[in-house]
Amino acid sequence: MTASLGSLLPFLLPGLVLIAAGVILLWLRGTIRDVVILGAPLLVLALVWILPDGQAPGIHWLGYELVPFRSDSLARLFGTVFSIMAFAGGLFGLRQERRAETPIAFMYAGSAIGVVFAGDLITVFVFWELMAVCSTLVIWIAGADARRAGQRYIVIHLLGGVLLMAGITGHIADTGSIAFGAMKADSPAHWLILAGFLLNAGSWPVSAWLPDAYPRASWSGTVFLSAFTTKTAVLVLWRGFPGEEVLIWIGLVMVFYGIIYAILENDMRRILAYSIINQVGFMVTGIGIGSEMALNGAAAHAFVHIVYKALLLMSAGSVMLMTGRTKCTELGGLFRTMPLTTICGIIGALSISAFPLTSGFVAKSMIVDGAAEGHLAVVWFLLTAASAGVFLHAGIKFPWFVFFQKDSGLRPPDPPWTMRWSMILLSFICIGLGVYPAPLYAMLPFAVDFAPYTGAHVVSQLQLLLFSGLAFFLMLGWLRRTETITLDVDWLWRRGGPAVIRRLDGDPGRSPVPLVARGRAAVERALRAIYQHHGPAGTLARSWPTGSMAFWAVVMLSAYLIIYYL
Amino acid sequence: MTQPGKDDNWLVRPSTIRLLWVVFIVILALTVVADFLIDHHATFGIDGTIGFYAWYGFVSCVVLVVGAKGLGVLLKRKDTYYDG
Repeated sequence: MTASLGSLLPFLLPGLVLIAAGVILLWLRGTIRDVVILGAPLLVLALVWILPDGQAPGIHWLGYELVPFRSDSLARLFGTVFSIMAFAGGLFGLRQERRAETPIAFMYAGSAIGVVFAGDLITVFVFWELMAVCSTLVIWIAGADARRAGQRYIVIHLLGGVLLMAGITGHIADTGSIAFGAMKADSPAHWLILAGFLLNAGSWPVSAWLPDAYPRASWSGTVFLSAFTTKTAVLVLWRGFPGEEVLIWIGLVMVFYGIIYAILENDMRRILAYSIINQVGFMVTGIGIGSEMALNGAAAHAFVHIVYKALLLMSAGSVMLMTGRTKCTELGGLFRTMPLTTICGIIGALSISAFPLTSGFVAKSMIVDGAAEGHLAVVWFLLTAASAGVFLHAGIKFPWFVFFQKDSGLRPPDPPWTMRWSMILLSFICIGLGVYPAPLYAMLPFAVDFAPYTGAHVVSQLQLLLFSGLAFFLMLGWLRRTETITLDVDWLWRRGGPAVIRRLDGDPGRSPVPLVARGRAAVERALRAIYQHHGPAGTLARSWPTGSMAFWAVVMLSAYLIIYYL
Repeated sequence: MTQPGKDDNWLVRPSTIRLLWVVFIVILALTVVADFLIDHHATFGIDGTIGFYAWYGFVSCVVLVVGAKGLGVLLKRKDTYYDG
């Protein structure tokens, strides 16, 4: 089996199959295009489950043995949810007028699946960069509005790629191995790898790229974007740095950063983008805790989060497509004419809040219980407070301001059937896994000894969430949306850096000589000084007469004699 | 389809909203009452006390909203800030 698999592998590699499907799709039109869009992810899903565990014989390249395929339960878990997402996203965007979007999104999803099954760091890196390029194209396809944000996005991700590559090179120099296994943040090389991974996870302080760029994509593009980059980062952190304590604190910062910025945000899709960072923060914290329970929780949470975040962004995308608006201040009261979108949006919102009977409940409680099990009091209290905050910023805020709140006077119908069916499919998964979590638990890396539906779990979660709801409605006045954005660290390169350059470059009336001219003058002065001393007529380039040599030698010797006799 | 401008949907009538509040408060009370009936195995002590999750969730949200509001004073800008 292994031998035949090895010879067939380049063609069977799940990631490459999806990338190939994406390339072919660029030239397809009509029914055959629809068939490939819906069929290719299902084929990949089948491959994920048919291909056996373990790694295929490697490929030799420049003296290294690349392992492009290594399957285990974790890879299958992520491979499964990524192919489900490609299918649901493909269905949702089936009638997208920008025809190149879904093909490129498939290449993006394929590269993410490539990372999932990668057994060595070089393969990880190659697919990592491909992912950055394809996701940037998905953003740019949305049009002129997305150009600048896409530029900022690719620059940050190329920087992340440089950090990762530098780390990988250092790791190879230290160990001589390119195998991708668990590491410790104990050397500069490993810190660089960790930084490269965390950048893609959207961890603070380099997190602004996510709410900056994702909401600029089209109504269907954002659905794809929400799923792959950050969750691939969760997977590589899980594989590379399980139990790395610093991740607990990085994760907690992400959790609260996401909540606070989402509370202040007005654009519904940016609210959901901030909440991606919040949710990934829970996963990163779980990885940092590092017990079997917490690692299982992080993996399970990644799976369910991809589904409900896509569902939330689909309902937001439907609203955007049907109304052309995304600001909470311009929306409201849409439940009257978009009942299906409202219901699906609420199911996604309840799932992200980890309401009992939804998928979020059966996954997130494993991370929080992992903190309790490890007697990490501070972590547990913060995670519990954050769970309340999730309901506040995403669970109620999103559906309330978009579908209820005031009557905006808008009366758009529900979106076309392709979009409705994809929302129904994901809603079904959210509720299905919440009611019957066994299939999800069976896919997890460690055996699950966890009962989500105990009286204590359900009652405490209901109290936590419902009283958060009470706080939301009592403080509604404070939460009223304004037409504002909130400054983030990216202010430094969007405003701060350019302002410094402008200042140096001679703001009219401030400094008469532009920066470049001043630099040139400085270089010229330096060159002239060198030429003066070292040039053909320079003092230091002159040939010295023999007489003066003899004279100075006599002076030196006499000085020596005098010092000697003294 | 409802007539634009004329809001007669049952969900937004004041009587419905009053009813929803009553139902909501009853449910809130029931979740706290349920604490008497079940056994919380507390890990940290305080998390096993009656109504802990209720007040902790409420206070957390108030702190988060007030904190966000405070940060907003410093960091909020018109949403056209980066344009042009």
